Amino acid sequence: MSKVGLLCLQLLVAVVALALWQLFSTVPVFGHLLLPPFFFSNPIDVGSQIVDWFSTGVIWKHLLITLWESILAFAIGSLGGVLVGFWFARQPLVAAVFDPYVKMANALPRVVLAPIFTLWLGLGIWSKVALGVTLVFFIVFFNVYQGVREVSGTVLANGRMLGMSERQLMRHVYWPSALSWMFSSLHTSVGFAVVGAVVGEYLGSAAGLGYLIQQAEGVFDVAGVFAGMFVLSAFVILIDLGVTHVERRLLVWRPEPVENRG
Amino acid sequence: MQADITARPMAIALDEATVAFRLAPNRVYTAVEKARLAVEHGEFVAIVGPTGCGKSTLLNVAAGLLKPASGTVNIFDAPLTGLNRDAGYLFQADALFPWKTAIDNVAIGLEIKGTPRADALDRAQGWLTKVGLGAFGNRYPHMLSGGQRKRVGLAQVLIRDPKILLMDEPFGPLDAQTRQIMGNLLLELWNADRKAVLFVTHDLEEAIALADRVVIMSAGPGARIIGNWRVPLPRPRDISEVRLDHEFHALHREIWGVLKDEVMKGYAQSAG
Repeated sequence: MSKVGLLCLQLLVAVVALALWQLFSTVPVFGHLLLPPFFFSNPIDVGSQIVDWFSTGVIWKHLLITLWESILAFAIGSLGGVLVGFWFARQPLVAAVFDPYVKMANALPRVVLAPIFTLWLGLGIWSKVALGVTLVFFIVFFNVYQGVREVSGTVLANGRMLGMSERQLMRHVYWPSALSWMFSSLHTSVGFAVVGAVVGEYLGSAAGLGYLIQQAEGVFDVAGVFAGMFVLSAFVILIDLGVTHVERRLLVWRPEPVENRG
Repeated sequence: MQADITARPMAIALDEATVAFRLAPNRVYTAVEKARLAVEHGEFVAIVGPTGCGKSTLLNVAAGLLKPASGTVNIFDAPLTGLNRDAGYLFQADALFPWKTAIDNVAIGLEIKGTPRADALDRAQGWLTKVGLGAFGNRYPHMLSGGQRKRVGLAQVLIRDPKILLMDEPFGPLDAQTRQIMGNLLLELWNADRKAVLFVTHDLEEAIALADRVVIMSAGPGARIIGNWRVPLPRPRDISEVRLDHEFHALHREIWGVLKDEVMKGYAQSAG
């Protein structure tokens, strides 16, 4: 199948879905609407809401806030994950002592922390950043921990035989190995940073995409809810494209996903 | 034609070296027992033995990666403590840094010694050319074939100009043709400055074709060195041609007579 053909089919799915949605929400079948507008709105209302947000420019503020929260959550969570992951991997005793607590903290559904963070850090961006950090941290932490521990014994021995000191082993062997594991989970950790930000906003905030959706729900503005969801999806896809781009540049040394090394 | 171990200064000298591993709190596995092995400066010695007999163990002892439970290890007449800094080690498995390009992999040995990067890259390029990969410097290991990776590995080790070269079945995973080509490349590079080489292999033909002396180990556990033959074939040699030599065959038959029993023992042990 050619690229253009595939794109046409993909567009067709969207067109059909939107057309059916429009049809069932405006044309009655046997006397009543299958998709009552109060519950389902309709594509035209949703579309005009999105256009309205962008033409008046109100959306930018919310997008920027969510983006900023996601970036901060990702940066802080990753930094913490890398440091602690390295530390635990190089100090097995520390890792063993903290093991049950790490498991406990990771087992906790993070949503329940949101009210506490709001209480501690207020309604501003930091309570959302904190929520995102708790999500990102564990993903990065586990991957870096794994990455440092699973350095090939042969590569390590080779480094030693080539005359590397502990510090040089750190820089030329452990560090790249840990980073490669971290980057391989980049999509997940960036995704979770956004989830943390939006969920945090949804549960209590004054700005951001989550706030926008929550506000629309509060006044039964179904068109607003759907519009918010579409903008959010597009936002996440754009970020994901960016991540893919970064990943390609950083992991050029890696073979394609199906590894075939002797 | 059993050769004597002379009393000249040795690059590597293992005396009564015993290596044991603790498998469980009260179970000790003796891999190598009272091994006595010497490699002269400039000598190419191959160790041959059945699978799992502890050839690599002996090599790791010479490298300082393993400490013998008893016995002594001398490197240029000085007892070995810690890693053997005079040795370069070519591993059986892939040991290149996968996140570095070929040229960075070769240059790293100089860079960690403090050679300026530009200088190190320059010399690395020279070594890549020597091993026939001059145009492949910016490829990552996964973009190279098995044989090409071994070439990079060889350059990575030799650029540091170690006095001793330790090789652990380096060409084991390669196909037969590539092994011959790599063997000839190794001999050509070795001929230039004749380092002491300790080469581990399970392939007797490869051992005779490459080495000045072939050492045979018995089947483990508690493997011992049971034979020691000097290879009288003239140098420089061509690996594929030397195999057709009459002397090669005679020597092969003689050594194989001893090795065969050990190989059978080795199989019987791993089967039962």
